[in-house]
Amino acid sequence: MSNTDIVTVKNLSKNYGDITAVNKISFSIRRGEIFGFLGPNGAGKTTTINMMIGLAKPSCGTIVIDGIDAVKNVKKAQSIIGIVPDESNLYNEMDGFNNLCFCGSLYGMRKDVREKKARELLEKFDLAKAGKRPFKAYSKGMRRKLTIAAGIIHEPEILFLDEPTTGIDVESARQIRQMLLQLKQAGTTIFITTHYIEDAERICDRIAFIVDGNIVENGTVSELMKNFTQGHSIRLTADRDLEPLAGELQARFGDCTVKTETDHTITLISRERIPLLPVMEYLDSNGISVYEAKELLPSLEDVFVKVTGLEAAKLKKEKVKEGMVK
Amino acid sequence: MKTWIAFWGILRKDIKNYYLKPPNISWGIIFPLSWTLMQMIRSSGGLDFSEIRHMLPGLMAMSILFGTTSMLAVTITFERKGRSFDRLLLAPISVGTMVAAKLSGAIFFGIFNAFVPVVFAALFVDLAGINWVAMLLAVFLIAVTSTLLGLMIAVSAKEVFEAQTLSNFFRFPMLFLCGLFLPISSLPVFLKPISYLLPLTYGTDLLGAAILGKGVLPPVLSVLILIAFSAILFTLCQYNIRRKWIL
Repeated sequence: MSNTDIVTVKNLSKNYGDITAVNKISFSIRRGEIFGFLGPNGAGKTTTINMMIGLAKPSCGTIVIDGIDAVKNVKKAQSIIGIVPDESNLYNEMDGFNNLCFCGSLYGMRKDVREKKARELLEKFDLAKAGKRPFKAYSKGMRRKLTIAAGIIHEPEILFLDEPTTGIDVESARQIRQMLLQLKQAGTTIFITTHYIEDAERICDRIAFIVDGNIVENGTVSELMKNFTQGHSIRLTADRDLEPLAGELQARFGDCTVKTETDHTITLISRERIPLLPVMEYLDSNGISVYEAKELLPSLEDVFVKVTGLEAAKLKKEKVKEGMVK
Repeated sequence: MKTWIAFWGILRKDIKNYYLKPPNISWGIIFPLSWTLMQMIRSSGGLDFSEIRHMLPGLMAMSILFGTTSMLAVTITFERKGRSFDRLLLAPISVGTMVAAKLSGAIFFGIFNAFVPVVFAALFVDLAGINWVAMLLAVFLIAVTSTLLGLMIAVSAKEVFEAQTLSNFFRFPMLFLCGLFLPISSLPVFLKPISYLLPLTYGTDLLGAAILGKGVLPPVLSVLILIAFSAILFTLCQYNIRRKWIL
């Protein structure tokens, strides 16, 4: 465990009978970062988070949270963490304000302190007007926001969120992402599981991919993308159709694979870096103006698909269904 | 201090959310009251108020048993199903503190239930001569053991209807086995050992000693046995919660 690591997980496993839900995974979370845990449904994300927060007992392995052995000393570890489960689990009959106050009381907060904090959070999460409304009358987005507020009322050092933006509207999801970034700026470490790759790409500092209970990749977003970049691709957008020049371009720039599109774009793909000037000069000499030149990098989704093999598996399934593959 | 804040928070939430709801208050009054009236009519063919004092131990024990087991088993199963119970399991308080807080609400409800027949009886007969301290102790201990039985049921049930069915499976035989309305001495020989395996038998006997001045067992022995039952059931409940709810 380095000085900057606040969570260290080593050889963590969870077996349910003969089924291995999580298989000897190891990773660490640095203080103050947003750590994304990505994987398809059933990959072991929720089982892992449940073991880290004390809702499931590991079959083997260790979890250390801020120097506390979270397997042996669950309650001490729980005092410094906040939890936002995948389903809003506040009390339907209670109003928003009282739900927050109740959650504060579970962490031993005094009445005046928790009431002040509850008011602040309702204001911050844009729920002040709904504070006296019963939780059951909240929309999905409001429910999720209040659940996050309940998870941070005691100002935890680490916040665990399980699928925080699943099933909510675009605006609420955007607000939640902003709130998480604000929490990060305030120094809170965040562990987030999601299968929304865009969410992870936008807010996570580092990401681990879990597939079938195993961590298959782990690193910063740029590291992951770099690892999966094969060669270089440049897309040029011109003022006219480049199709007539495709053959000539391929002949002149033989190291590149040239793909022309009908929308006035051309993509050059090469194993080595592509010098732009000769291409631009050639196009210019043919009276073609280039408006935009962009290096194409793989998206996190491309990395995810490659790492998880999800798309390939899906494709195979469809082909089997169509009788193309046995 | 932090533990007490959490304890009181859970207890207060349960009382406000469940026990003080109008349907539960009315059920807590109507159920013991209707049983009292039914027993009075059954005993003489018409209303006979003179019998009411003799029926009090059984009526009180039954009111506590039904009040506590119903409420706790249902509320916990309900919270488990809605996953709000996870919030309590994730709080930095011991399982023992959390369980004690959940039990306390049901115990208060059971005590409230127990005094409905007493208040009703006080309107018609003289209750002088009752050992109120012993009666209160008996009510409290019956409430504790019955609530713990309710919790045992709650840990085993996944659905609210399952909790209700399981509760009835235990409660109705206890009405006949624990000396509430039939003396244990009149039970068949093979049923008597079962009676003495049930905590309600000792609670009812203690109530009989406090209200009527006639108990089968020495009151101190009944108190000790009820305390032992409470300790064993509390430990078992905690063990079951850790085993079944923290997977």
